[in-house]
Amino acid sequence: MNNILMKIQNPLFHITKRASIVWWKAWIIRILAVVAALLVSGIVTLALTGLNPLKVYSTMIEGALGTSRRMWMLLQNMAILLCVALAITPAFKMKFWNLGAEGQVLIGGLATEVCMIFLGPNLPTGLLLLVMVIASVAAGAIWAFIPAFFKARWNTNESLFTLMMNYVAMQIVSFFTLLWSVPKGSGTPRMLEFGQLPVIGGQKYLLNVLIVAVLTIGMFIYLKYSKHGYEISVVGESENTAKYIGINVKKVIMRTMLLSGAICGIAGLLLVAGTDHSLKSDTAGGRGFTAIMVSWLAKFDPIFMVLTSFLIVFMEKGASKISEVYRLNASFSDILTGIIIFFIIGCEFFINYTIKFHSKSEEVRK
Amino acid sequence: MIATIINRAVMQGIPLLLGSTGEILTEKSGNLNLGIPGIMYVGAISGVSGAFLYEQAVGGQVNPALAILIPFFSCIIGSLLMGLIYCFLTVTLRANQNVTGLALTTFGIGIGKFFGGSLITLTGSDIPSISLSATSKVFKASLPFVKSLGWVGEIFFSYSFLAYLAIIIALAASFVLNKTRIGLHLRAVGENPQTADATGINVSKYKYVFTCIGSAIAGLGGLYYVMDYANGVWSNNAFGDRGWLAIALVIFAIWKPSISILGSILFGGLYVVPIYMSNISVQGVELVKTLPYVVTIIVLIITSIRNKKENQPPASLGLSYFREER
Repeated sequence: MNNILMKIQNPLFHITKRASIVWWKAWIIRILAVVAALLVSGIVTLALTGLNPLKVYSTMIEGALGTSRRMWMLLQNMAILLCVALAITPAFKMKFWNLGAEGQVLIGGLATEVCMIFLGPNLPTGLLLLVMVIASVAAGAIWAFIPAFFKARWNTNESLFTLMMNYVAMQIVSFFTLLWSVPKGSGTPRMLEFGQLPVIGGQKYLLNVLIVAVLTIGMFIYLKYSKHGYEISVVGESENTAKYIGINVKKVIMRTMLLSGAICGIAGLLLVAGTDHSLKSDTAGGRGFTAIMVSWLAKFDPIFMVLTSFLIVFMEKGASKISEVYRLNASFSDILTGIIIFFIIGCEFFINYTIKFHSKSEEVRK
Repeated sequence: MIATIINRAVMQGIPLLLGSTGEILTEKSGNLNLGIPGIMYVGAISGVSGAFLYEQAVGGQVNPALAILIPFFSCIIGSLLMGLIYCFLTVTLRANQNVTGLALTTFGIGIGKFFGGSLITLTGSDIPSISLSATSKVFKASLPFVKSLGWVGEIFFSYSFLAYLAIIIALAASFVLNKTRIGLHLRAVGENPQTADATGINVSKYKYVFTCIGSAIAGLGGLYYVMDYANGVWSNNAFGDRGWLAIALVIFAIWKPSISILGSILFGGLYVVPIYMSNISVQGVELVKTLPYVVTIIVLIITSIRNKKENQPPASLGLSYFREER
């Protein structure tokens, strides 16, 4: 009796990793996720406020893009968010979870403010701007280097370390904001007159946008075509492989974090000298965290990050218009943004894995 | 006066204690849930909404049992749902934990502020602000003989039931983690899910259950803050960065809920002490507030340098588990 028929109970489905996926299939999945997210957001809007979702969406478009002033505000916000996202991308790509961009931006901004207050009256504008750039870049880089050093040397958990550094930076900034506020101790941040970034082409934010555009292209080339970029992706894929082929992992970690912090410093410079002309502890406005989502959703590709940062800023601006028109709290945008991000994060699963369904039981010959 | 300071420090510390106990249980299962700040907001606002609707329905004449049970369970349900979203995305769909957690924080704080700011508009009532004094009074009830005990009473017996519950939860969590089989399995899941899976432990189940329990506990921290500390008054930015402090406290307590009890009082004290220091400037207070974070960083560095096995973060913290991956 060699041929015994056996009934084996199979699970309903099992999950396997895809070897690869055609790019258009991946994008169809992503687009479906966004559509699903918009549907759910619509339902949530309807349930919470009783408003017609279509009308709400058109109010959003109106609020984000309605006038040329609004468009410039959108571009400006996009530029800063994109700048921070560019900063964290190399770190994230090598799986160094830099959650400290918020703090690095603030410290860069603080360095800028110090220059503007103390050197502003004494230096010619050109020299002052140069010193400001150097100071903000250096400050951001140093702030980012501290956790990188401990990660490289003793493998200290970087996500917790960088996270804590944010709040140290925030408190330091609010210390100086109070110290330098006019009148002293009032908490109204001092307006910085000297060293404001020049206005070009009659548009206040054009310079910011151009700087970030250059950075975006630079980062794209750096990650895709330079030796450093290659080393970053190898370290991110597998630290052991990197060691095996002779990459100095510690050096790559510290170097990449210096770069990451430096660009955060530039974001701080653009915020303080190019936008607000003042500094408060909430100047970074949570962008250090939002930028992580921008970078993640774009799969660390700087060009796609333009798209994702637009999506998020559009949501913010649009939803704040909704709350203004319908007298709701402005945090409504955070709820909608959250829902969209959940869907996009979730859809990555269907890009990376496939689900194989089985018939309930199979006859197996033994 | 010292008794008053300790009293205030404990009251400041309880939300942090609940948040960190919840996060410790979560992290022990290998999930780094950075959504805790959002979850605490949702816990708080769910409790507030429950209490608000109840108070509106009965017009201020609250039944003490219902006034506790309704906010308590709305809070737990709200924060459990947040935990479920996190688990579904990170455990079932294997999404990145950092990104999911941060999105959950954005989402949760958004929910908290949205309902906090719009609850009155949405329910069409005509009161100027959310002030749940009747509910808060029930929540804050303490033992009747406290006044007669002087400073002993003030330091040890003057708190509301949620505060004692927080300490009991922390001790229970400590017991479960260290003395029970369930705790052993949980730690195995957080340290090395492959091995745990091979020995027949259901990794996903442990991750789901303990992350959700952790979220519910953290949510209670938000509820305590609103009902006890803030006397039932909701204001959108009052909760501040307490959620992140709770995560800092996890590291400070090197993943041990029992140490977290003392740590929370210490962190709470740092909030309170500047108020009683006569010679400190307005801006000086801001520098004092860096201390919990600086101390946490130092603890993090020292534990990584000493590299003792029992003081490390769970080895698989932050990583999704997929059986077929190696």
